[in-house]
Amino acid sequence: MSNNTVVKKIKSEATRIKGTIIKGKKPSMKFPLRALSNVRYHAKNGFFEMRGRKKERTLTVNTVKTFAQTLRMMALSKELIETDDIATKREAYYVSKNWDAARFNEQPESDAVIDDVEAFFGMNREQLGFIPEEKGGDVAGKLVVVDKDRDTGRTLKIDCTKFGSGAYSIPIAVEHLEFETKADFILVIETAGMFQRLVKHNYWKKANCILISMGGVPTRACRRFIRRLADSKKIPVYVFVDGDPYGISNIYRTLKVGSGNAAHLNEFFCVPQARFLGITPQDIQTYKLPTHPLKEVDVKRAKDAIKNDPFVLHHKPWQRALQQLIKMGVRAEQQALAKHGLNYVMDTYLPEKLKHPEQFLP
Amino acid sequence: MTPSRGKSSKTPKRKPSRKTASGGAKKTKRKPSSRGKTKAKPAKAGKSSGKRSSKTRRTTTAKRKKVTAKASGKRVKKAVSKGRAKSKGRGQARKAAKPRTAKPTTRRSPGAEGSIDGLPLFDNETTGAAAETAVQDLSPAVIETPVVEVEAPAGKAPPAAKKGYQTAKSIAKRQREISISEFFAKNRHLLGFDSLPKALLTAVKEAVDNSLDACEEAGITPDLLVEIREIAENRYILRVGDSGPGIVKSQVPKIFGKLLYGSKFHILKQARGQQGIGISAAVMYSQLTTGKPVKVIAKTNPARKGHVYELQIHTKTNTPVIVSEDTIEWDQPHGTLIEMELLAAYKKGIRSVDSYLHQVALANPHARIVYRPPRGDQMIYERLTEQLPVEAKAIKPHPHGVELGVLLDMLKMTKARNVKGFLEREFSRMSARASVDVLEKAGVPPKTSPKRITRDQADKLIQAFAGAKIMKPPTDCLSPIGEDLLVKSVEREVEPDFFTAVTRPPAVYRGNPFQIEVALAYGGPKLADEEIIKLNRFANRAPLVYQQSACAITNGVINTAWRGYGVAQSRGALPSGPMLILVHIASAWVPFTSESKEAIAHYPEIIKEIKLALQECGRRLARFIRRGVRAREEAKKRSYIEQYIPHIGAALREILSFSEREEQRVVAKLSTTLERSRKN
Repeated sequence: MSNNTVVKKIKSEATRIKGTIIKGKKPSMKFPLRALSNVRYHAKNGFFEMRGRKKERTLTVNTVKTFAQTLRMMALSKELIETDDIATKREAYYVSKNWDAARFNEQPESDAVIDDVEAFFGMNREQLGFIPEEKGGDVAGKLVVVDKDRDTGRTLKIDCTKFGSGAYSIPIAVEHLEFETKADFILVIETAGMFQRLVKHNYWKKANCILISMGGVPTRACRRFIRRLADSKKIPVYVFVDGDPYGISNIYRTLKVGSGNAAHLNEFFCVPQARFLGITPQDIQTYKLPTHPLKEVDVKRAKDAIKNDPFVLHHKPWQRALQQLIKMGVRAEQQALAKHGLNYVMDTYLPEKLKHPEQFLP
Repeated sequence: MTPSRGKSSKTPKRKPSRKTASGGAKKTKRKPSSRGKTKAKPAKAGKSSGKRSSKTRRTTTAKRKKVTAKASGKRVKKAVSKGRAKSKGRGQARKAAKPRTAKPTTRRSPGAEGSIDGLPLFDNETTGAAAETAVQDLSPAVIETPVVEVEAPAGKAPPAAKKGYQTAKSIAKRQREISISEFFAKNRHLLGFDSLPKALLTAVKEAVDNSLDACEEAGITPDLLVEIREIAENRYILRVGDSGPGIVKSQVPKIFGKLLYGSKFHILKQARGQQGIGISAAVMYSQLTTGKPVKVIAKTNPARKGHVYELQIHTKTNTPVIVSEDTIEWDQPHGTLIEMELLAAYKKGIRSVDSYLHQVALANPHARIVYRPPRGDQMIYERLTEQLPVEAKAIKPHPHGVELGVLLDMLKMTKARNVKGFLEREFSRMSARASVDVLEKAGVPPKTSPKRITRDQADKLIQAFAGAKIMKPPTDCLSPIGEDLLVKSVEREVEPDFFTAVTRPPAVYRGNPFQIEVALAYGGPKLADEEIIKLNRFANRAPLVYQQSACAITNGVINTAWRGYGVAQSRGALPSGPMLILVHIASAWVPFTSESKEAIAHYPEIIKEIKLALQECGRRLARFIRRGVRAREEAKKRSYIEQYIPHIGAALREILSFSEREEQRVVAKLSTTLERSRKN
């Protein structure tokens, strides 16, 4: 979709709204409902897909503020595209401070409106000129990223084995990147701490793999990066997160099938080939890991996932695993493996697990 | 739990015996030397009790009847006999001869007397409950005494008194009756004359109470004049006049010049005054502080002249002294007017005379009150209705509210020939059947003469009352203000945005019928915003001004969950906000916590009724407040349209780049569309 198309779309919507107003009627906009309840797990494609439900925002006394803000945000988007500029979500929030009464009081409000506009046009926010604040993620290991120098246009080859104890940082836009690799698999890690350990001991050399740290719930760029890498090089993706409901149903699920919030984009921002290496509830028992009791929110999150998450609903093994976790009433972090020695994770745990990738949870 | 402050505050007064004992203990500490240690303890106790009692008697406690005085006299003897004699002993050898066994009896008698004779002075005003405590409290005293005595080494009664100490005989010379007026002359705080501002208020209150009661009783719509003039610093002349029936000439001196003289004391009936202390106490206060007589004008017959008296109270004998008497032309057909000079202070504020009269007007919408304050303009509270309140009927006591002491007294005084007749005649709701039932349960033969009923039998009767099924007391002894008048009254005086009133059906505590009324006013220019609410308490239409925090009414208001009704309230505090709450308790026997009638005792039944009435008012208030919230939201929405529509115009113009005129057109069009849709 060229930039021109986006502007056209924005203009046509504005024209429609203006026409309704001039006719003396109340204009309305239809937004796809951005919630887990409005997604369906498409098993064949392997990601969350938006169902048809939409919320209609008719201009009334109650909605006039949000309506005005949405229109102003569209106007800002149009301006950004026309001037070939970008604004971070934070910057967009500050731009709104110039809108008098229509300004946003907190950034989450402006983020929500941006998400609405994004979903409204069925486009990626980057296409609308908005970029996220968040960091993409870190990469180390047997991978060469092919990028371009913006000034000279020359190709840049970035060897991810040459960062020493550091790492390559995934950029916000990854569509133009290409990859060269002979790695056997991609190991995606939840915590920066575990990533550091594996990088420091050059685990990628030993296992011939690419290490990627997500640092919590993966950003869109991180998901897209992994997806493009895995797709283009046809290598498997194994995910190593904490053994708790958050690690499973938020981090892993979002990486694999996308989020409920931005379901219109999940097609691109998901990694359907991802498999869950650990820590599984079974690992907690097998490896006799030290645990912490599940908090109330954890139990609630797990129960909610079993009941409402279309992904979990589709996968019996996940239902069983979460049930097991609730029953055990405990959670274990990646770092819990350190109980058996700091390098136990590299020397024993990962090798043992990697012998049976077929046993990984879906 | 019976938290009644009245009890605790009162009991010490009622029980000389105990006080004495503790006083004695203190004394012992003071001078521990002398005498053999073995004896020391009991002896000291005994001695000091004797000594102390005499002292106390002189001053406070003992303004009792002769009987009491005598009894305590006996106690002194007893003490001496214990061997206490250290100090007083000498001259008392004779008395000491009294057998020890007699002691318990002697001890008891002051107690018993106290509850019957002595009590009315303090207790009439409070409820039966207080009286009951008296009885209860006394009994331990009865038991205690013998114990002390057992320990006391017997037989040693050295007659020698120490130098400088009194002997029982010498003390006896000074022992005599204390007149009620003398007592109050020294204890003015008991009647509400403890500070200068309060003295003025109490004097006004007593006079106004009397006037209103008199008018209502005579079926006359009250016209009151209250005038206060400052004649020197802290010197005021107070005049209170009414349009009541007046007072018969021969009665005037007694009513104003004798304490405990009145028409209301012997009747159980809803009235402001009760025991006939109030106005004469004011007279006495005036006399004490200025030395001047009070002037009373009374006129009963329109065709005749009024009579005018100048009166004082002879405090030693509690009798009126007529300084002068005359007749006078008075332009009023009938009525009473009292004028007194007194040491006082006129203050503004919630406990001022101004506020008091304002509240009187609130609760007495049938009265017209002309008030001339020492400073500022005359104020007139016009009456809201010509209709007098329904006259409250006098009732007999209900068996559930009677205590042993009172019952014994009633048995003594009744004219009934037998106890069955006594029950039917002297109590309310005692049918022949109920009486037989009670007597059967108590094991008392119905034919017994009331005079022959023993204390034990009386006690059984009381227990039988509690167990028997007796109808609730009649409620025609209650005269509430009524919701309509309360609402009108509050509306006129407070001009609130919202007002409502609830009159609860009559209820009963300890055999006494009572009725709770609540009026609630919210908002409006006279109720300032964001303050603790104003709480006006009334008992039988008379405002209660002092001791708000000790009052059951305050308790009821605090323990109502106001937040649920949209009113702010901190934990354990009165709610806050622009609100006036008026709570009225009507009863033939309002349970005050003290003689000065400032707070209602905490009976659970009363608090429950207060809360029920408050809750009903609260629910109505909540509806109003929610309406207000909706209205505010509505206004907010309207401003929304004005605030945000220009942004829609601006955004569209930015996207579509049209002219400013076009933008204005879009904005105008959209505004009208929205305004129209909002109204539909």
